[in-house]
Amino acid sequence: MADAPKIEVSRRGFLKGAGVTAASTVIESAKAFGREANSALQSVPTVGPGPLPIKLHINGEEHIVTVEPRYTLAETLRDNLGLTGTKVVCDRGSCSACTVWIDKVPALACMTLSVDAVGREITTIEGLSHGDTMHPVQAAFVKHDAMQCGFCTPGMVMSCAALLERNPNPSLADVKHAVSGNLCRCGTYPKVFAATLDVAQHRVASGLVTLSAGREA
Amino acid sequence: MAPETATLEGQQVAATPAKQPTRTDNFVFGIPQDGLQTKQREVPLDEPPPLPPNSELTYIGKPTQRYDGPAKATGKGKYTADVQLPGMLYARMVDATIPHGHIMSIDTSAAEKLPGVRAVYVIEHVYGVAELRNPKLDGPSRYPTIRYAGQPIAGVAATTQQIADDAAKLVKVRYDAKPFVVDRTEARATDAPAVFPGPADEAGSAGGGGGPADVPQKGNVHGPERRKRGDTAKGFAEADVLVESEYFTQVQTHSALETHGFVVDWKPDEVTVYASTQGTSSVRSEFADVFKLPKSKIRVITEYMGGGFGAKFGAGNEGVVAANLSRKANAPVKLMLDRRQEHIVSNRPDSHQMLKIGAKSDGTLTAIQLTSYGTAGVGTGAGTAGPATNMYKCPNLLTDEYDVFTNAGPGAAFRAPGHPQGCFAFEQTIDELAVKLNMDPLALREKIDESPARKVERQLILERTNWRNRKSAGSDPGPIKHGMGIAQSVWYRFVNMDSSCEVRVLRDGSVELMSAVQDLGGGTKTILAQIVGEEFGMAPANVVIRIGDTRYPIGPDSGGSVTAGSITPAVRDAAYQAKGKLFAAVAPALGTTADNLATQNGRVVFKNDPSKSYSLRQVTAKLPTDEISARATRVAEYSKDRLTYGGVDFVELAVDTETGRIHVEKVFGAHDCGRPINPTGVISQINGGMLQGISYALFEQRIMDDKSGYMLNANLENYKILGAREVPEIEVALIENYIAMSSTDAAGIGESAGIITLAAAIGNAFYNATGVRMRRIPMTPANVLAGLGKVQREVMA
Ligand code: FES
Ligand code: FES
Repeated sequence: MADAPKIEVSRRGFLKGAGVTAASTVIESAKAFGREANSALQSVPTVGPGPLPIKLHINGEEHIVTVEPRYTLAETLRDNLGLTGTKVVCDRGSCSACTVWIDKVPALACMTLSVDAVGREITTIEGLSHGDTMHPVQAAFVKHDAMQCGFCTPGMVMSCAALLERNPNPSLADVKHAVSGNLCRCGTYPKVFAATLDVAQHRVASGLVTLSAGREA
Repeated sequence: MAPETATLEGQQVAATPAKQPTRTDNFVFGIPQDGLQTKQREVPLDEPPPLPPNSELTYIGKPTQRYDGPAKATGKGKYTADVQLPGMLYARMVDATIPHGHIMSIDTSAAEKLPGVRAVYVIEHVYGVAELRNPKLDGPSRYPTIRYAGQPIAGVAATTQQIADDAAKLVKVRYDAKPFVVDRTEARATDAPAVFPGPADEAGSAGGGGGPADVPQKGNVHGPERRKRGDTAKGFAEADVLVESEYFTQVQTHSALETHGFVVDWKPDEVTVYASTQGTSSVRSEFADVFKLPKSKIRVITEYMGGGFGAKFGAGNEGVVAANLSRKANAPVKLMLDRRQEHIVSNRPDSHQMLKIGAKSDGTLTAIQLTSYGTAGVGTGAGTAGPATNMYKCPNLLTDEYDVFTNAGPGAAFRAPGHPQGCFAFEQTIDELAVKLNMDPLALREKIDESPARKVERQLILERTNWRNRKSAGSDPGPIKHGMGIAQSVWYRFVNMDSSCEVRVLRDGSVELMSAVQDLGGGTKTILAQIVGEEFGMAPANVVIRIGDTRYPIGPDSGGSVTAGSITPAVRDAAYQAKGKLFAAVAPALGTTADNLATQNGRVVFKNDPSKSYSLRQVTAKLPTDEISARATRVAEYSKDRLTYGGVDFVELAVDTETGRIHVEKVFGAHDCGRPINPTGVISQINGGMLQGISYALFEQRIMDDKSGYMLNANLENYKILGAREVPEIEVALIENYIAMSSTDAAGIGESAGIITLAAAIGNAFYNATGVRMRRIPMTPANVLAGLGKVQREVMA
């Protein structure tokens, strides 16, 4: 982080330096948008606080959407793009209901600015299933009844599916750790654990994964 | 909430009208473990025949996949928070920044001028709180008196949520602040600031909550509501042993993940309301009342809802504000509370309970006396006497329940209102009695409990847990001490007669069910599909279930565990009648008579010649019209017996006496709920009740700041709710309990699912582990260390 002091500005100030004229250019790469902000800081016109068009890669598709720099990814997904499977519960990073993947890593959409997601690969709950074919974790959630009201379920599924991507053979403790940030008021946890372990066991049993990956906990 | 005094709105148990023609049927009755019996009942002539036990049925009673599981797992289910309509505006509620006082002025001009703002509405009346018996005492004002920080004041609607949020901050409210009180004990003092300038009462909601109106009020103390049976003085005089105890419980907020909220689309010919509600009917009724509209012009839709737990009935202030904004802006408006507001909108009241129990040396109870004080903030309904009144046989009882007003958000019905608090005190006091009598706590309950279901449940505890290996209290030598405890629950059979539905059979073989009843996550859609499926011999997943819309026949509000017991008989009746109409319509074409047709293993067969069988589709193809349908409404209970449900829950835990941390290791629960329709869903609900109970016992606590009157932890990081790492091993035994009360014998499980018992069971296990009685929840490390005498002062008042 050698250059850390140089970008020590407020988020909005940082955005101001991105070097794009609002509403005239679609911001479509991370590079264009601030990751070379150092030089831009000195001379370029302001972005925001008004709306600007950005390009997001979501579930394998490109979306151009006009948002204010302050919009969170959760807001853009839900309000601008109608991808309402991602839920907002606390809107401040304490419940994981809004979990999506950014570049395959679970991230909180309520704590991510939409503009920061430019140039990244975003996966939402809608991107996990294909037509009527559910992701194995989704199918296991249904099989094990790992849901009641279902409001936490998309976030739980995203956390559990990501766990299995990075650790195909997790222990119960690993699953608990993976969803330790996901709050469920209806108390579906035991069945969430069972569903996730079931997918792993099934994959191992059917030779879909090899057991080179170690357990996490 | 004794059964005899329970008057949950709209939940009558009507007697069978005398003149209706009836027949006598033989019903399966009792609990399989006790040997099933037969019960004769008079039933209306057009009722379907009695169902056999679950073991003889195809779909009912079988573990069944949640009907809308895929929609929930894939994120496709649309909740109220997800609704998007063309031209829809987003709204934000403006709420009070002082806990008590009068509003001098409200300046909305800056908010109105903000580009994108389309409407501002200032509240004229606050709903869901106690109301003065004499409203004039508040003095003349254009605005409602502020009695708690967070009280709704106005709403702002704009083209985006962000603009609405900005605009809400621009609404300027000037207050004349008054002294306030947020602490229950301080509020009882004679010189405490008066929350209301005179007596005030709150009516109950469809989910319970609210309290009695015809009781005295002195200062902030409203009550007592007194219940009396026999003569307690005489009972205590007859006792060989007396136990006196004192217990405290905290305020718990509902914290549903989907906040309270509405989308209202106000049009002159129809007002459409998307509501995160437990009662589409209750929303329609309150909208009709508030806006003086005929119910026929209001449509309420709740396809998916993200949790209610008792707090989501009626229009609420959010609904009223959203509707006014929609009317003003001439556009649909979405108004969801934010997370801070969600913590303030509703809660389970706290309690301070004093109990006295007298018993003979063999355990026989001679008298029970309970006095309770609790605060439901600016509401009422903090009574806790249910378990003490209704669990055990005792001839002499006296209970006095007081509500204490404080300047805090209103209490509301919350999963088994009053019972977790009551059980925490009562079931621990019963254990204290067992200690004094030198009896095993299970054996004492065996002596005093008349419930046949709980008898079986206690037996299951003995057979399937480690109970028999319990050590004596506090006998572990090291700092980490293990213990086991049990507690029992009681809940009541309420039935809502406003339970109707329609079943349609179409010529292509499809079958559709429609009712306005909603599914909060308990799995209502699934059990309705099983019941229709059983009647038609078709897989539940193939029945089309359409619910949560008041355009369909009226459904019961889901409060007090009424849903399954109320709506399923209507559904079975409608399905049975639709099937009868189908058979009558197609019999001629099949060359037989209707009474010779039956469904069997998914096919329609000739009773007199089982070799003749057809698929449902082959049969419906012969319908002379494209559709036949039958509509049914809940018929009265088959008997006037007042029934209760319950459960016995067992907890094994470890207490670290050095850090004060409690680790719940294992929970085993044995529960009954009439005839279980979908054991999978019932067990999910019991898991949930148990986990909510552990969360209540160990973590959750609303913290009020007595300097500002604010809730300090109105968020999900400081208001601690149980998470994945605190989940113990859970095992559930579900018993069948045939009651011969309706055409399905179904009953709800939401209330008796473990939320009632867990705090008490943990308290009893804590005693077994340490030899010390925890008289206070939440059992946080600080409170545990205080309870163990390791720190000076208890942290919580
Ligand atoms: S909504 Fe994003 S963490 Fe709670
Ligand atoms: S299923 Fe309701 S919050 Fe998890």
